[in-house]
Amino acid sequence: MFTAERVADKSDWITTETGDWEIIIGLEIHAQVASKAKLFSGAATKYGAEPNTQVSLVDAAMPGMLPVLNEYCVEQAVRTGMGMKAKINAFSRFDRKNYFYPDLPQGYQISQLYHPIVGEGEMQVELDDGDSIIVGIERLHLEQDAGKSIHDLDPNATYVDLNRCGVALMEIVSKPDMRSAREAAAYVRKLRSLVRYLGTCDGDMEKGNLRADVNVSVRRPGGELGTRCEIKNLNSMRFIQQAIEYEARRQIQILEGGGEIDQETRLYNTDTGETRTMRSKEDAHDYRYFPDPDLLPVKLSEDWLARIKADLPELPDEKKARYVKDFGLSEYDASVLVSDREKAAYYEEVAKGNDKKLAANWLLNEVFGKLNKENVDINDCPVSAAANCAIVAMIAKDVISGKIAKQVFEICWTEGGDPEAIVEERGLKQVTDTGAIEAMIDEIIAANPGQAAKVKDKPKTLGWFVGQVMQASQGKANPQAVNKILREKLLD
Amino acid sequence: MTALNELTLAAALKGLANKDFSSRELTQAHLDAMAGAEALNAYLIATTDQALAMADASDERRKNAETGPLEGIPLGIKDLFCTKGVRTTAGSKILGDFTPSYESTVSSNLWHDGAVMLGKLNMDEFAMGSSNENSAFGPVVNPWRAKGGDQKLVPGGSSGGSAAAVAAGLCLGATATDTGGSIRQPASFTGTVGIKPTYGRCSRWGIVAFASSLDQAGPITRTVEDAAIMLRSMSGHDPKDSTSLKADVPDFTAACTRSLKGLRIGIPKEYRVEGMPAEIEKIWANGMDWLRAEGCEIIDVSLPHTKYALPAYYIIAPAEASSNLARYDGMRYGVRVEGADLTETYEKTRGQGFGEEVRRRIMMGAYVLSAGFYDAYYIRAQKVRARIAEDFKNAFSQCDALLTPTAPSAAFGINARLNDPVQMYLNDIFTVTANLAGLPGISVPAALDNTGLPLGLQVIGKALDEETCFAVGGALERAADFNAKPSKWW
Amino acid sequence: MSVDAKTVRKIAHLARLEVAEDRLAPLADELNGILSWIEQLNEVDVEGVAPMASVEDVPTPTREDIITDGNIRDDVLANAPKTEESFFVMPKAVE
Repeated sequence: MFTAERVADKSDWITTETGDWEIIIGLEIHAQVASKAKLFSGAATKYGAEPNTQVSLVDAAMPGMLPVLNEYCVEQAVRTGMGMKAKINAFSRFDRKNYFYPDLPQGYQISQLYHPIVGEGEMQVELDDGDSIIVGIERLHLEQDAGKSIHDLDPNATYVDLNRCGVALMEIVSKPDMRSAREAAAYVRKLRSLVRYLGTCDGDMEKGNLRADVNVSVRRPGGELGTRCEIKNLNSMRFIQQAIEYEARRQIQILEGGGEIDQETRLYNTDTGETRTMRSKEDAHDYRYFPDPDLLPVKLSEDWLARIKADLPELPDEKKARYVKDFGLSEYDASVLVSDREKAAYYEEVAKGNDKKLAANWLLNEVFGKLNKENVDINDCPVSAAANCAIVAMIAKDVISGKIAKQVFEICWTEGGDPEAIVEERGLKQVTDTGAIEAMIDEIIAANPGQAAKVKDKPKTLGWFVGQVMQASQGKANPQAVNKILREKLLD
Repeated sequence: MTALNELTLAAALKGLANKDFSSRELTQAHLDAMAGAEALNAYLIATTDQALAMADASDERRKNAETGPLEGIPLGIKDLFCTKGVRTTAGSKILGDFTPSYESTVSSNLWHDGAVMLGKLNMDEFAMGSSNENSAFGPVVNPWRAKGGDQKLVPGGSSGGSAAAVAAGLCLGATATDTGGSIRQPASFTGTVGIKPTYGRCSRWGIVAFASSLDQAGPITRTVEDAAIMLRSMSGHDPKDSTSLKADVPDFTAACTRSLKGLRIGIPKEYRVEGMPAEIEKIWANGMDWLRAEGCEIIDVSLPHTKYALPAYYIIAPAEASSNLARYDGMRYGVRVEGADLTETYEKTRGQGFGEEVRRRIMMGAYVLSAGFYDAYYIRAQKVRARIAEDFKNAFSQCDALLTPTAPSAAFGINARLNDPVQMYLNDIFTVTANLAGLPGISVPAALDNTGLPLGLQVIGKALDEETCFAVGGALERAADFNAKPSKWW
Repeated sequence: MSVDAKTVRKIAHLARLEVAEDRLAPLADELNGILSWIEQLNEVDVEGVAPMASVEDVPTPTREDIITDGNIRDDVLANAPKTEESFFVMPKAVE
């Protein structure tokens, strides 16, 4: 379902002297399948190998070489389709897309035009402000990646490395259901999270393992759709957003100047932040697609599909629902925790045997705060989930206070070590022995008789005594016990 | 005693087994015959040293009683098969000195079974042609000449080098390929036996592709039994070819002498084409009589879409070829003709590297696949292809095999038919249907026409039923008692 | 449907074949000859017929996801007209 009628949130409109505009965005995401071998050959896919070492005779398109389909790649495409709640096509087929380019040895790319493996679906995409939108999925198909052309090693020649040639890609085509750069970014983030949950793609945008072609057009809010331009090959969230913003403004400028938008393919210059023409519609390739006669159709049985479906992991939407329903977390907290497979897994380990809400709060406030501040990825967090689990358990059992817990976390972060041992060895255990606390309090009251006398008139000054006791106990006195005894002694 | 290079493959196997001669002697006899046959232009490369080394190795194996089904048999290989360390051209200039680092599955199977490689055989460029005049290395000359004439005749194509070499005693058998008739038509033109097996029977891995959904390898030999022996070695499932059939390979040789009693042989009425020479009609009728005598029932059948097979083929094959031949761009192998920029380099490389007929078919293919024409041409042709396959299915519900002429004429003169592509394409009128339907077809020499040139009959079988083709082909061969050989003029 | 010299030029470019100017018209004639012969396919009733891409009616076989190939750089580069530091070297491509 293409929701053409959906009008962008007003805050996303671009307002100029002539009035308001909204942006219409559709994305084609290329996600590299996390397979060991290529889509149609047994050569490795590992990133960063010496040039032309991960190339089979099939990849190099030697005469007489033939493709044989990698079953794992088919399975990952199906799993991804299921994750997008899309229609899985029991019958699909590979077509050849014919064009000449140095990094395309066969002179054609094996892709799926007429019968893609996955058909229509939809995804719920959470936005930063807590709202969510539905983005329609047009299709997902499998295809081969091209090799790498290197243009800067020689001013007069292109150097070609075929290592990447033939690596499996999932091309995921959305409907033009996004209305702003932030919605597009949220969609990419959600899709990236999904493929990472499923393990079908590592989502590494820096290595180009997930990249996007963006279709952008503008219109008056709710008005007639405009002519779109496609911006090719964007490999970061930032570039996707910048390219959309730039392109929308470029188109508005043309339209307001009385011009027309040429349907064309454009490139984004990451240095200048501008887009430029790559080829116009007149130069558009005539790809002469036809079914690849070297391959037969892919047919998926109901049994096989049922088995794949049964083995799917819990996906973010379901996980979020469970956190809200079973753990009592807020929608917002749950969506932050499930936004990424690693975060969710980390949370579930911290929450094991603990109060779920307490664990969530600890993680969201303390741990993620620290990670953000230090710009550390959760996978590289120096404090393990098990250690955090222990810290949360100690808070819950009143072994340490929240404040001490932060101290213990800091120690674990900088020095490492087992939180329980740290608490034990450094004597950080909360003092709950009321006798000891009472003795401390008596000493402080005796030393400050004037202050003590004022408390009855100004109950708020009780806090000063609490502070004194906590200081005297080096933070270890149980705050509830301190409060209770102080009240008994000074207010009653 | 018959000269060693005039033996049948089966007889040579017996001679080797009886130690009447060694593989080295047998191989040397062929190398000598090849050296004296340059006028035929059948071989592009004689792999003399390799042949003798393989023959010696074979003799050694025989000494140790490790004999394969083709132990010591010298064969020629069509230059469409990639051969490790031996230049492979596909009959084209564009591949330059391309030397594969790999061996095609089919030739590999032959070497595994003990065969010896004599060299690489000439062919129409990229297997496109019916006369071998499209080779970048000059036409192959048919060893046959019309009675009393000295006009050079074509050997048929595209496997013209294979057919001529077998007919002239330059090998005991040869590999060939057939996309629209390229094994059977040259076999008919040279008085040899050629079988195109069921699509998928022989692996296509390592064979330079022309039209992937139609290409099939098969042997050309001097007898039906020889073809059976060779095909058995060539066949078999290959996981490297996605269209390779997972089917057991039967003992084809045993089928050659099988009784035909009770077999129903269909005669497709649509194969009586206008302007067909009376002699072909007569030989066809003889064939029916011979099979009746063997206890077959001859019945009339109809393949109503026959006349549309060639036009459909000339959409499908060029379409696939235009894409299959895109890889010959002078970038990773082959000859590069530098231009001012990348596009010009592509255009010069391909414009000058490919011959005229190949360029014409690439153009046809690109055109029928181009935007706006795909449905009208390509999809329609595929639907017609389905109709043709359906015709065969219906016919085979009434009979066990079909008997037809192989080609609408005997061998014709070199340069005689070059000017009209469509006239040339009509050579494949009786053979192309089996490619479109993926069925096995064998051509067996049946007689000489009144000018003394050989003519073949074709037997088309059900899918995976090469055995019936061999059985019927064997009976035809025995009945025809075809022993004629071209008289040596070269 | 018939082709003219302009179409021939376009198709030749699509197929990356150099065609001399004076060959365009004759080539158009040849292609038209073949195309007009092919036109007879329009006589065939193909209503409801599924296009036949292959004679085989089985699903495409698959391979396991294991590394069985590669590490043959020298073989891959052996026949290349031009190489440098293990790269194929091609005329400058700009898009």
